[in-house]
Amino acid sequence: MVMTATDLPSTEAAAAKPRRSPVGNAYAYLQALPMALIFGVFFLIPIALVVVVSFFDYQSFDILIPDFVTFNYTDVFSSEVTYRTYLQTLTFCLIVWAITLVLGFTIAHFLAFYITSLPLQIVCFLICTIPFWTSNVIRMVSWIPFLGRNGLVNQGLMGAGITDEPIEWLLYSEFAVILGYVHLYTLFMIVPIFNSMIRIDKSLIEAAKDQGATSWQILKNVVIPLSKPGIAIGSVFVLAIVMGDFITVTVLGGGQIASVAKTIQTELSYLQFPPAAANAVVLLGVSILMIFALLRIVDIRKEL
Amino acid sequence: MVATAQTLELVHLTKSYGDTLAVNAIDLKVPAGTYCCLLGPSGCGKTSTLRMIAGHEAVTAGDIILGTDNITDIPPAQRRTAMMFQNYALFPHLSCIDNVAFSLKMRGIAKAERHARAGKLLDLVQMAEYAKRRPNQLSGGQQQRVALARALVTEPSMLLLDEPLSALDPFLRVRMRAELKRLQTDLGISFIHVTHSQEEAMALADLVVVMNDGKIEQAGTARDVFGRPRTPFVARFIGGHNVVSGRVDAVREGILMSKVAGGHAAVSIAGAKPSAGETIAIAVRSDQIALRPASANDGAANDNEVTGTVASVQYQGAFVEVRVDAGEGEPLLVTVPDGVFDAAPFKEGDRAVLTWSVDHGHLLSGAA
Repeated sequence: MVMTATDLPSTEAAAAKPRRSPVGNAYAYLQALPMALIFGVFFLIPIALVVVVSFFDYQSFDILIPDFVTFNYTDVFSSEVTYRTYLQTLTFCLIVWAITLVLGFTIAHFLAFYITSLPLQIVCFLICTIPFWTSNVIRMVSWIPFLGRNGLVNQGLMGAGITDEPIEWLLYSEFAVILGYVHLYTLFMIVPIFNSMIRIDKSLIEAAKDQGATSWQILKNVVIPLSKPGIAIGSVFVLAIVMGDFITVTVLGGGQIASVAKTIQTELSYLQFPPAAANAVVLLGVSILMIFALLRIVDIRKEL
Repeated sequence: MVATAQTLELVHLTKSYGDTLAVNAIDLKVPAGTYCCLLGPSGCGKTSTLRMIAGHEAVTAGDIILGTDNITDIPPAQRRTAMMFQNYALFPHLSCIDNVAFSLKMRGIAKAERHARAGKLLDLVQMAEYAKRRPNQLSGGQQQRVALARALVTEPSMLLLDEPLSALDPFLRVRMRAELKRLQTDLGISFIHVTHSQEEAMALADLVVVMNDGKIEQAGTARDVFGRPRTPFVARFIGGHNVVSGRVDAVREGILMSKVAGGHAAVSIAGAKPSAGETIAIAVRSDQIALRPASANDGAANDNEVTGTVASVQYQGAFVEVRVDAGEGEPLLVTVPDGVFDAAPFKEGDRAVLTWSVDHGHLLSGAA
């Protein structure tokens, strides 16, 4: 490495561009190699394979016939079921996103601004992560005895005389699926938003107060704008997970509710790999578009 | 800009955090249009005091009166004070002009008008050409100007500055110091400026308030504080003083005679009359002490005469710092103009006699 001592004022531009030698460059590539390998082997190649398979032909007893056909895609786009399923999944996305955003923002705000002692902050944070100490599936399954026909909620309601007969829509319904999602994924909202908020200089809040801002005005003009990167990252997590979920839909939807990923899973269980691959590619495309749109609104790179 | 200057009065103002007293029942009156510096070491309560005046810290006891209103318990924005924060606390997501216009936006003033008004303030601090920039695209000095404009846009009767110059490099610090003073004179409102630099306080302040341990040690003009420090703490903190501890020998005709390490010191007294045998502390400015080589006939004539050994000699350009060890206590500092020193130089280990006139010694309240 060449060390240069200049008399230039240390402007950002000057500081950001150290001189590079060719040897230094080679080292840099070498250092990036392990990550590049992992990324290639476990991400790029599988995706390339899925794309390739999505153009394959298939028959009942010959599940992969190398070919270049497009009917897997035309099937996806010509089927009315596809659009209904996407509508359903996107609706889930929107509702779950809205609920986790409000919940996550509120909880993060409380943790970051109202709990001033660090130990207590850590304790509260651990409490938030408790659900993650057990597996995803167990957490979902545990809703069943709680929400079921003869579950705790219904028995409680009937015992209290609020209803005469069990409420049917508590379990195996859209409500149950949304509840499951919110339960599982709110933390993915809390953590990045909290992370953004904790980095807001407390003197900014004081400065806003000094300038006559009310609590709501501080929230709207200072806290929310400065939490945007966290909101964006949390949103990416929640949207990507809900878009790709089929377990929650299966366990808590009771087979009544469709989702794009569940369609893919069903096709896979019938060994229809090429249409499943085509569906997966379309799902990937839609998810990427959504995330792209989101990142157009908030430039995460700049904020990080 | 129509800002009316108002008198600030602190009455028994107290702040405690649990068991620790940060500010201990201080009383202070700052006349309208004063540049006031709260000066003291870290942890002396100066920042707590400023934050209580600003309304960002709850008052434990006592009152804050601005003009004719008791503002002790009203929210910051309704106090007619504005605060400039130590790290400037500019909103990183807003451009300079939006930062300055923030309080106007909060008051629901339309965009065109608030930008016009904010623009005028950016003009005032010579930052108009950076109006569209974000704070992180500005240097420290520029950020400070924007912070200043943002504080002034609310048209406060009093501007509170929390260590405003501490984040700047020395060159910029001196320049901004001059600008702060100019701005204060132009606006005519009071500035209350917290600092730990006595140099800054002396250069700027009409009223220097030296604080220590939650209490005000001395409040007065810079000349007052430097010329007649009231306590050993002030004499040491303000710099340029020797604090000599002594035992009272006798008091006659308003002159107190005392024995100090290595000699005698006499000081004129007014009011309090210490009795013989009592321990006292005397402050003597290092530039008002004369230095001569020790000779055989020493130890009789002069009332203010201390003999000691030269402990160190430091050349400082225009003057030379000579430290003389008088036997006990901290070495006495004598600053000798370089011409005078060159005419009769000293080196380490030389015996030297320090003398000063009676008028140049000041009796301090409290022992050293």
